[in-house]
Amino acid sequence: MNVSVEFIMTGLFVFALAGFLGFETIRRVPRLLHTPLMALTNALSAISLVGSIVVLGGQYTAYTTILGFVAVIASMINVVGGFLITDKMLKMFKPREKPKKPEAAEAEASS
Amino acid sequence: MTELLPMATSFFPDPSTDTGLYILISLLYLAGAIGFVLSLKWMSDAKTARKGIFAGEIGFVLAIIGTLLLPVITTTGYIYIAVAMLIGAAIGVPLGLLVPMTAMPQRIALSHAFGALAAGLVGIAKFYDATPDINWFVMAVLGIEITLGALVFTGSLMAAGKLQEVKWLAQRPIVFPLQKTLNFAVLGLAVLMVIILAVDPSQVWAIPVIIVAGLAFGVLLIIPIGGADMPTVIALLNSYAGIAAALLGFVLENNLLIVAGALDGMSGLILSIIMCRAMNRSFRNVLFGAFGATEAEWGEQEVGSIRSASFDEAGEILKNSRLVVVVPGYGMAVAQAQHKVRELADTLEKEGVEVKYAIHPVAGRMPGHMNVLLAEANVPYEQLIDMEEINPEFPQVDVVLVLGANDVVNPAARHDQKSPIYGMPILDVDKAATVMVVKRSMRPGFAGVENELFFNEKTLMVFGDAKDVMGELITEISGNRDSINV
Repeated sequence: MNVSVEFIMTGLFVFALAGFLGFETIRRVPRLLHTPLMALTNALSAISLVGSIVVLGGQYTAYTTILGFVAVIASMINVVGGFLITDKMLKMFKPREKPKKPEAAEAEASS
Repeated sequence: MTELLPMATSFFPDPSTDTGLYILISLLYLAGAIGFVLSLKWMSDAKTARKGIFAGEIGFVLAIIGTLLLPVITTTGYIYIAVAMLIGAAIGVPLGLLVPMTAMPQRIALSHAFGALAAGLVGIAKFYDATPDINWFVMAVLGIEITLGALVFTGSLMAAGKLQEVKWLAQRPIVFPLQKTLNFAVLGLAVLMVIILAVDPSQVWAIPVIIVAGLAFGVLLIIPIGGADMPTVIALLNSYAGIAAALLGFVLENNLLIVAGALDGMSGLILSIIMCRAMNRSFRNVLFGAFGATEAEWGEQEVGSIRSASFDEAGEILKNSRLVVVVPGYGMAVAQAQHKVRELADTLEKEGVEVKYAIHPVAGRMPGHMNVLLAEANVPYEQLIDMEEINPEFPQVDVVLVLGANDVVNPAARHDQKSPIYGMPILDVDKAATVMVVKRSMRPGFAGVENELFFNEKTLMVFGDAKDVMGELITEISGNRDSINV
């Protein structure tokens, strides 16, 4: 296995640009949503699933197949569990239902 | 050192003979990457965040389809893949749906462990598959990747164990002589092995050494960590797990892995930096695992007298306020008092009192911990106010209700240079007219620091379990004895 120089250079390009894009995007995530953000990025980093599938499905040796099998299970747990839990959390974040309450409080305050 | 060979043995189909499939898979991966970026972009607003999950899921499905189309996968391989994916999904569904919100910090830590495990195992499999035909660059990347995978795996398991308060794991930070020396020695051993392998990738024996050193370093990293450092550590492990995935992308010649890994790594990095700032720690200090250093023999300072209030006094004061700010801390999570807090807020609002919540960035055990708990209790998110935004408001606040928070409201952080928490940004609750502190006892907070807020003349202590106290206050305010529910 020898990764080509071309790929390494392209990979560095992609890594640097994705890093900057990530920085600028994630910087805008409010603190309110930091826990769901962690859960989401966890699910996203379970993209190792792609590598795990190749190692398992490629059937190189019995040894790598076993490692791949465990790796697919572990990353699949994160994909499924990660997306489900992020969604479950986000469902809880609700805006105020009735906007009349703060007005009532203000009226009280000014009186 | 072997030279970088321009020859690639990629998993990808050969672009010159199998052009159509090559383009299809590449485009599927590209679409997957776009889905991931969009999912993070939509995460910047609570209104669009759920749409973001959907984008991420679509991205994932496309990535999996693209991977399954790779020609290297054999027919029996598909069967194994299907079985493994089903097992993973069967474990993932309960972990996603059944874990209660109060267990969220350990749940997040556990998922870092799974992610690191997968990345580490794939790296190890790649090594044994390819050795000794690996050039020095790829070997170095692979070596670092395996080290990171191993250390995040044990580190996250340890963190999850501490957060779950597993019996045989010491909750208190453990500090021993030469701890840092030992940590660096173990890490140095792993680095040395990576260098040996980069020079000569046929030294197969070095891989188990790397794995063991990585696993050991993960354990050593968490041993000196106490609860208050957990948010930073979890964010840092998040970052490491992402970097491991990105490194794997270099080894597997897969841009999608690089993109997703970089995004995750960056997210963890940003969160770590925010946590560090919120605790006034240098990022370098945290990066190398020098946590728990403030845990020291910090002396006793002058202790004044405290004033405590009975439930009916406290209820009366709350009832007659205009603006009440609740400051939640880990104590609220432990007592699971968030629902009762919301009930109290409802009761107060019925009396015409405005209620807000002041959220310190490191309150709790993970970034955003208090927000999730209060959201679970149906507190509208407009009422959850960040530290910087609420601090200028405190002089107009009638009553601050401190619930299980301690160090994040200690005014010593502003003026007492001897205090271990000096310089840490805090919620300026002492500027409010009255501070009410709900506490089980007078035990000091995590940093072992006596909180001078408790001895402030504006402060009223209300002793008791947070949940019970909330119940009592609701009863006092609504004047309805039947609603006692503790």
